[in-house]
Amino acid sequence: MDAIVIDRLTKTFKPNWPWKPAATVLRGLSFSVGQGEIFGFLGPNGAGKTTTLKILIGLLRQTSGRAEVLGSPAGDVEAHRRIGFLPESPYFYDYLTAEEFLRFYGHLAGMGGARLNQRVTALLELVGLAEARTRQLRKFSKGMLQRVGLAQALIHDPELVILDEPMSGLDPIGRKEVRDVILQLREQGKTVFFSTHIIPDVEMICDRVAVIVKGQLLAAGRVDELVGHGRTRSVEVVCEGIRGEALPLIRAVATRLVQRGSQCLMVLPEPNRLDEVLTEIRTHSGKLISVTPQKGSLEELLVQEASQQV
Amino acid sequence: MRCIGVIALNTFRENLRDKILYNLLLFSALLIAASMLLGTLTVAEQEKIVTDMGLAAINLIGVIIAIFVGIGLVSKEIERRTIYTIMARPISRAQFVLGKYLGLVVTLSVNVLIMLGVFLLTLWWSRASIHVSLLQAVALILVELLVVTALALFFSTFSSAMLSASMTVGLYVIGHLTSDLKGIAEKSGNELVATLGVVLYYICPNLEMLNIKGQAAAGVPVSLAYQSMATVYGLLYASLLLAAACVIFRRREF
Repeated sequence: MDAIVIDRLTKTFKPNWPWKPAATVLRGLSFSVGQGEIFGFLGPNGAGKTTTLKILIGLLRQTSGRAEVLGSPAGDVEAHRRIGFLPESPYFYDYLTAEEFLRFYGHLAGMGGARLNQRVTALLELVGLAEARTRQLRKFSKGMLQRVGLAQALIHDPELVILDEPMSGLDPIGRKEVRDVILQLREQGKTVFFSTHIIPDVEMICDRVAVIVKGQLLAAGRVDELVGHGRTRSVEVVCEGIRGEALPLIRAVATRLVQRGSQCLMVLPEPNRLDEVLTEIRTHSGKLISVTPQKGSLEELLVQEASQQV
Repeated sequence: MRCIGVIALNTFRENLRDKILYNLLLFSALLIAASMLLGTLTVAEQEKIVTDMGLAAINLIGVIIAIFVGIGLVSKEIERRTIYTIMARPISRAQFVLGKYLGLVVTLSVNVLIMLGVFLLTLWWSRASIHVSLLQAVALILVELLVVTALALFFSTFSSAMLSASMTVGLYVIGHLTSDLKGIAEKSGNELVATLGVVLYYICPNLEMLNIKGQAAAGVPVSLAYQSMATVYGLLYASLLLAAACVIFRRREF
């Protein structure tokens, strides 16, 4: 059984006034998330990521289509015992201390006693807030709020964790910490479904991704499959002892030539001409330093596909 | 039931930390100052004025809290998006609404009890007589607060805070004038006005039924039957409002 099933999901927001047009945010979105996966939900701002997540949690109702979470229809209150959720830019009860805050969410999930105490302590340590446990949330920085928010999503040890832009507003260290927590969750066999527009985060940790633009699915699959099916797009060559500009073959083949002292960097758009270039370098007594195949990135894919849609 | 309790406790805690109970200082200062200033009057007048003022202050402060905290109970959660993480828990929307309501009711009850304590102390200090009718009046004030809180909560499930406040205050005022509405309906020659008056009379809460402050200040108790009937009426009205609030809130999207 898949952890999340989204099938031909559509969401249209009715206008406040009859003369205004309705806004269709999701247009027949379909994909599924397997159990134990880290699944990235990627798309530019306004693509429909948050709307999809809100439907999965039951904050919004779909106009048509099917959304299932852990085998139950989206919004089923009982299934929420097994789901953890962190919304985008969360705002919490700022009059509570970090400890009281986690206890509150633990109580709502039906926890109590020693188990809850243990869990609160462990999670505050996991997100690096053990020392701020008795501080009110109104005195927390944005990054700290994001981390305590992540802790509340995990307090009841859920099977599925749904995170909306979990890395937004965090500094590079904070982002790495969140990535580590997500990887740790995978080790524990949990399913993590998170939305983001920060592509390197997805490339680094996700098993699979779905790319959404303007409410439609552009692509879904493994990251390496999506970025050119593992195909090498170009080759970067660095060598020493030659001047690339002076060699006609290299000048003709390379799209980019950078000379720094005796070192020359060149980018070859056609990888099948690499042999010729290497022979040329050797013929002119050059020394090869590195050959790096350049693969496409999700960013290129997203920009390319999004621009085609516009 | 457990979830309702958790939400109620958190709402009560929020009220405490928002320093809502600070109003008690104002109330106490007002009462003590009044009884001291009125010391120059004759004993009977002083007693009447302190009693009137005490009951009115308990009522007014309670209503202000019920309206202005009540309208934010749900709408504030939506505006601040704290509702997102709550609704992601195994808790139904009705449980959430009832929990928020209960939390404010606990705050109001604690508030009214403390105000009653200060009031009785002031009466004792100014050697005024303490009748059972005073307790009856405060009990019905509390019932009125249950109705007003339910009104504020009901409006806040589908409208903005500003609109909810206006509508609750409006209904509170009409609620004290319902007998006049009936009178106008009976005397009006226009059929439309008469029908409208009767409809409003039955739809709007009859808050005047819960107002026995005048009798209490004069030391005249109401019968147990009246007290019970007024209480049941208030509780029933509040329950209907809460049920309607739950139905509306179930359909809301965030």
